[in-house]
Amino acid sequence: MSLEKITDPRNMKHWLGHMETDYRYTLGIAGERFLNEIKENARIMGSKCKKCGVIYVPPRMYCEECFEKLEEWVDLGINGEVYTYTVAYLDREGKRLAEPVIYALITFGDAFGGLVHKLGEVKPEEVWIGMPVEAVFKPPYERKGSITDIKYFKPIQ
Amino acid sequence: MSEKIKSYPGFRIRTADFREGKVPYVAYRPKVRYAWSAGIAMSRFLEELKNGRIIATYCNSCGRIMVPPRVFCEECFKPADGWKHVKDTGTINTYSVSFIAGDASRIKEPIIVAVIDIDGASPGMGILHKIGEIDWKEVKFGMKVKAVWKPPEERVGSITDIKYFKPVKEETL
Amino acid sequence: MFGKKRVAIVGAGLTLFRRNLKETGKELAYEAAKMALDASGLELRDIQTVVMGTAPDAFDGVHMKGEYLADGAGARGKPYVRVFVGGGTGVFTPLAGWWHVASGQFDTCLVVCEEKMSSCFPHPAYAFTTIFDNILARPLGTTLIWIFALEMHRYMHKHNLKKEQIARVAVKNKKNALDHPCAQLGANITVEDVLNSEVLCWPVQRLDISPTSDGAAALVLASEDVAKKITDNPVWIDGVGWCIDSTLWTNRDLYYPDYVEYAARMAYRMAGIKNPPKEIDLAEPYDPFDYKELHHMEGLLLCRKGEAPKLTEEGVTQRDGDLPICPSGGLLGVGNPIAAAGLMKVCEVFWQLRGEAGKRQVPGDPRTGLAQAWGDLMQYGSVIILRR
Repeated sequence: MSLEKITDPRNMKHWLGHMETDYRYTLGIAGERFLNEIKENARIMGSKCKKCGVIYVPPRMYCEECFEKLEEWVDLGINGEVYTYTVAYLDREGKRLAEPVIYALITFGDAFGGLVHKLGEVKPEEVWIGMPVEAVFKPPYERKGSITDIKYFKPIQ
Repeated sequence: MSEKIKSYPGFRIRTADFREGKVPYVAYRPKVRYAWSAGIAMSRFLEELKNGRIIATYCNSCGRIMVPPRVFCEECFKPADGWKHVKDTGTINTYSVSFIAGDASRIKEPIIVAVIDIDGASPGMGILHKIGEIDWKEVKFGMKVKAVWKPPEERVGSITDIKYFKPVKEETL
Repeated sequence: MFGKKRVAIVGAGLTLFRRNLKETGKELAYEAAKMALDASGLELRDIQTVVMGTAPDAFDGVHMKGEYLADGAGARGKPYVRVFVGGGTGVFTPLAGWWHVASGQFDTCLVVCEEKMSSCFPHPAYAFTTIFDNILARPLGTTLIWIFALEMHRYMHKHNLKKEQIARVAVKNKKNALDHPCAQLGANITVEDVLNSEVLCWPVQRLDISPTSDGAAALVLASEDVAKKITDNPVWIDGVGWCIDSTLWTNRDLYYPDYVEYAARMAYRMAGIKNPPKEIDLAEPYDPFDYKELHHMEGLLLCRKGEAPKLTEEGVTQRDGDLPICPSGGLLGVGNPIAAAGLMKVCEVFWQLRGEAGKRQVPGDPRTGLAQAWGDLMQYGSVIILRR
């Protein structure tokens, strides 16, 4: 069959649609405790592997190196440092933001991993890799057990 | 199980626990929209539906007349050889009576859905459509049916330009 | 022999199957994988490669779900692949694990399947929306159950079957599941209960269908050399088969799954099985609906076409019958976290052949068992044959 070329775009048939799905993600065993500690006690916890000594942040239920179940939790305090950062000038839909937002990966001492969060009370040009920062929490009554219970991290003066 | 295993992991929660705030969670609704292009064969098929006709493609190697039409024969793996109009009548190959709508909600008037083998196409060449103008208890396998078209001015080039298929007596075909 | 190396299963793991589990998908994958490793006596560092099986991303609501699950499956820093063939995934994943080892490339392989369908609500069936033809089927208001109802009805029509004959499968499997510690829906029900349950899409009624579930399952595979070192009772993967038919399902006669037969013949040929009903001691065909167990018994050549309902009626397929079918309780009873459900069946055959199935143990010292899964648009068959 000679495939006919469609020259009139109106003859290009299409069908519009979307997938009507909603999602509800449970936080999991480790995630629930991690966020609950932020909510109730305003502290950042890691989970420690008894066998190989690694401390994971965010904490997990298992050690990905040796596959031990992690039962020991350690308080990492609220201070970390900027491991890397970026400055966002556009929002998710590509629109210009009124104020740029600084996103950073923040690490905590020797713990493995880190948290991705916003930086606040600092201008983009003042941020540097290795900068010490501390978590600024929402007041207790506003905290819901979400990563956004931490408003942002700010430089330690 | 292995019989040695004493307990199996898994922390059961109830759906109601979410409503009652007993289990924290993060909610999300993806904001994605799609436009699926009908493609070469299906664009022509839909245009023909607008004209009140069903069109097939055929393959000269295996001799099949194929509905829904496709630009290639999947058996011989070569381009189809041409277009051919087939009838708007057929036979019920299988059917179901649906008491649920697309969103799984319950409906009062059941929908009869069927695979209809189209006359003029090769045996077993069926399409999915609805059956109308008959009580669902009266539907039979092998029943002859004919397309009931929307009036020409209402057709848009969609499978729903056929409202449904209705039973017909064999001799009227 | 097809493969270069003979491949054994040396450990299995399974989580509970439930409508909602609190664990994340990664945590579920970990629990099953860890249990399988512990059962095999191996540690994660002994595992050379990991194969993951999991159904569409739209269920968990996690894109690149294979990658997401990798650390929970013990795959970080290892050769890793995710495979997906719809509902056929759970049995296809150990087949993919098999070729990793049979090829001689690896000596050990961890096979993990996970599903967390509860993330998608109000019903995971929504995530199926776009499996139907966007142009020809969806504008009609297609639901998932329509297509299975059409297949079931065609099967019933062709063999002149009554609903009662099919309902017996649901009764049997839910009863078997009472003995399964992970089961979601084990129950003592009657044929009447099935026939009186809500009609969704005739002939499909509420109790003809398996539930949606969260859960995970895992296996440890090893080459012959390794297997013989670490265990006295390996279970060998002696036959594998898989096959797909067209998505143009309205162009096929739905009364019989040819693609399952082709997959089964491939596996039987490899295993040297000439007379399946005689040589297979127990089978776990895929049973997301009660009629599918019958449909698949026929496609697997475990009986003649249209004969499966009669065997069920005669009790042949009961756990103590001549050919036990779904002694686990199947998807109808244990639950249906898609990929994990298929792998649960392989776990069941493994435990049965080792004589470790506890209350579910089929009598007669079974030596050869089969598991099969089915998926996509009623078009995919995957078959595995295990021997002690």
